[in-house]
Amino acid sequence: MHPESYIRPPLIHGRKDYLQITEDICRPVEAKPSRSWWVAFSISAAAMLWGFFAIGWTIWFGIGTWGLNRTVGWGWDITNFVWWIGIGHAGTLISAILLLFRQKWRTGVNRAAEAMTIFAVICAALFPVFHMGRVWMAFFNLPYPNTRGPLWPNFNSPLMWDVFAISTYFSVSVMFWYTGLIPDLATIRDRAQKRWAKIFYGILSFGWVGSAKHWQRHEALSLVLAGISTPLVLSVHTIVSFDFSTSVIPGWHTTIFPPYFVAGAIFSGFAMVLTLMLITRKVLKLEEYITIDHIESMNKIIVLTGSIVGLAYLTELFIAWYSQNPYEQYAFANRALGPYWWSYWSMMMCNVISPQLFWVRRLRRNVWFTFFMSIVINVGMWFERFVIIVTSIHRDYVPSNWSMYKPTWVEISFFIGSLGLFFTAFLVFAKLMPVIAMAEIKHILKTSGEEHKRNQLEKLRQQHAVAVTANH
Amino acid sequence: MKHYLLGLFDDEEVLLEAVDKVKSHNLRIHDVVSPFAVHGLDKKLGLRESRLHVGGFWVGAAAALTALGFMTWVFTANWPTVFGGKPYFSFPAFIPITFEFTVLNASFWMTFAFLVLCHLWPGRFRESLDPRTTSHLFGIVFKITPRMSEADIQHIREVLKQAGAVEVKERIMEKHY
Repeated sequence: MHPESYIRPPLIHGRKDYLQITEDICRPVEAKPSRSWWVAFSISAAAMLWGFFAIGWTIWFGIGTWGLNRTVGWGWDITNFVWWIGIGHAGTLISAILLLFRQKWRTGVNRAAEAMTIFAVICAALFPVFHMGRVWMAFFNLPYPNTRGPLWPNFNSPLMWDVFAISTYFSVSVMFWYTGLIPDLATIRDRAQKRWAKIFYGILSFGWVGSAKHWQRHEALSLVLAGISTPLVLSVHTIVSFDFSTSVIPGWHTTIFPPYFVAGAIFSGFAMVLTLMLITRKVLKLEEYITIDHIESMNKIIVLTGSIVGLAYLTELFIAWYSQNPYEQYAFANRALGPYWWSYWSMMMCNVISPQLFWVRRLRRNVWFTFFMSIVINVGMWFERFVIIVTSIHRDYVPSNWSMYKPTWVEISFFIGSLGLFFTAFLVFAKLMPVIAMAEIKHILKTSGEEHKRNQLEKLRQQHAVAVTANH
Repeated sequence: MKHYLLGLFDDEEVLLEAVDKVKSHNLRIHDVVSPFAVHGLDKKLGLRESRLHVGGFWVGAAAALTALGFMTWVFTANWPTVFGGKPYFSFPAFIPITFEFTVLNASFWMTFAFLVLCHLWPGRFRESLDPRTTSHLFGIVFKITPRMSEADIQHIREVLKQAGAVEVKERIMEKHY
C-alpha cells in the first residue's frame, strides 16, 4: 500500500466499506434498465442502423456516392477516422500512463474510459475500411503468401503502418480492458440471483475466484501491459500523423505533427470521457466515486493538452511565415481566409480560446460548465481534422486542379451511424458490466477513502494532544 | 470430492497478520482468496515472483526480429522494390511495423499465458468457496485430507478464530474450487 497524505482530497466519498462499494457499483447491473436507458438506447440504435444503411449504400454503389472528387480525395471519412482514433486515446492514457504515474484518481474512470477506447477504435476503423472502396478486398492489406507474385503490401507506407498500429491498438486495448474486468465479472457472478445471470457472468468471468497466485499474476500482467501500452498509444497517433506528414502537401509536411496529434488526441479523448462520465455518474448515482476532484483532474489535463494544441497551431503559422515558402504560406492563409474560413475559426475558438477558461478553479469544478466545454472541445477537434484534411488539399499546386468539397447524405449518415454505434455500445456496456473497476476502487479505499482520512486525522490529533500534555 | 476449511476475514490488515499467525503454528495454507489484490500477501505466502514479464520480453524480442527480418527479406530478396528512390533496405521505414508487431505479440502471448496458467477460459465454471470472497471478505483456505483427525481440524479452527476470523466454515465440493 502506498501511504497517502490526509490533506489530499479523498477519492471515495461517504462512509464506505467493501460491501457497500460492491453494492453501489453492482446496483445498475442488477437492476432492470430504466426508461431513460431504453430511450437513449433506441435513439442510438436507430442512428446506428441508419449508418449501416449508408454503409450498405456505399458498398452497393461505390464511394462515388460520397462527395469526394479528384482533388479532394479525403473528406469526412478520414476526418471522422482521425477524430474517433483521437477520442480513443484517453482510455489508454488513463489506464496505462496514469497507472505508471500512480495517479489513484484513475480508478474512478478507467474502466469506462477503456471501454470507450475500444468502441471509438471500432468506429474509427470503419472509415478507412469502407474508404478502400472494394471492401471485400480488405484482406489485401495482410502480408500473406499469394499467387500474385507474391506481391507484398508496401511496408514503407504510413497507410500500411496504420493498419498495424490500429489493429495492435485495438487488440491490446481489448486484452487490457478484459483482463481487468474478469475479477469484477466474478463478483457479479457470485451475487447473481437469476439463473441466466449466473450462466452469463459465469462464462464471462472465465472461472475467476481470486486466488492469491492469480492476483499476483494479474498485477504483473496489468503492470507490463500498462508499460507497453504507453509507447503504443503514443505510437498510434504518431503513425496517424505520419499519414499526413510524410506527404509533400503544404500544411501537412511538418515535423511537429506527431506530438501535436498526440496532444490533440488526448485533449479530445478527455473531452469525450467527460461527456460520458458526467452523464453516467448522474444517471447511475456514482457521484461518490467519480467526484468533483476527478472532474477537476481531467479538466487540468484538458487545459494542458489544449494549450499544447494551441501552441502547435501558432507554431504552424509562425513556421509557414518563417519558411518563406510561398506554397506553405498560401496553405495557411487559405485556411484562415479562404472559402473554408469558418472551419478554421471554429477550430481556433473551440480548441485554443475556450479551454483556457479552465485556468479558473471555479469553472474546473463546475459540472455544467465542464459538460458544455466537453461538447465544445469535441466539436472543435472534429473541425481541426476537417481543416487539416480538406483545406490543405482542396487547393494544391496547380490552380486548374482547385476544387471544393461538400459531403453527401451518405457520408453524413455514415458519421451519424458511427456516433450511434459508439453510444449503443457504451449503453450496453454500462448496463451489463460494472462501469467502475470495483477491485481497484477497493484497493485504494484504505488510502483514499473519506472515512479513512478522517480516522487518520483523528489519530494524529490524539497523538498531538498526548504529546502536548506530556510536554507540560 | 474436495474438502476445504475456510477462515473468513473482513479486513486485509487483519488477514496479513493472520497469515503470519497461522504460519507460526506450522499449518499449511492451501490458498488465500480475496476480492482485490492484497499487496504483500504473495511474499508472506512464499509465492515465487511471477515470470510473465520475462516471457513477455522474449516473445517481444522474437516478434521484433521476425517483423524486421520478414520485411527485409521481402524488400531485398523476394521482391525488391524502389519506393521514392530509397534503398531496398530502408530501415527507418521498417521501425513502426516492427514496434507494433512486438507490442502485439508480447501483449497477446502474455495475456494468453496468464489465462492458461490461472486456468481461466470462457465456459470454465468455478464456484467460489464463499460468494462473499469476491465482494468484501478475505479467505484463508485449508485443504482437509482424510489423514487429518477431528482434533487437527479443530486446531485449525481455533487458530483462525484467534487470528481474528469473522467466520470459519467447511465446504465440500465436487471439483477443485
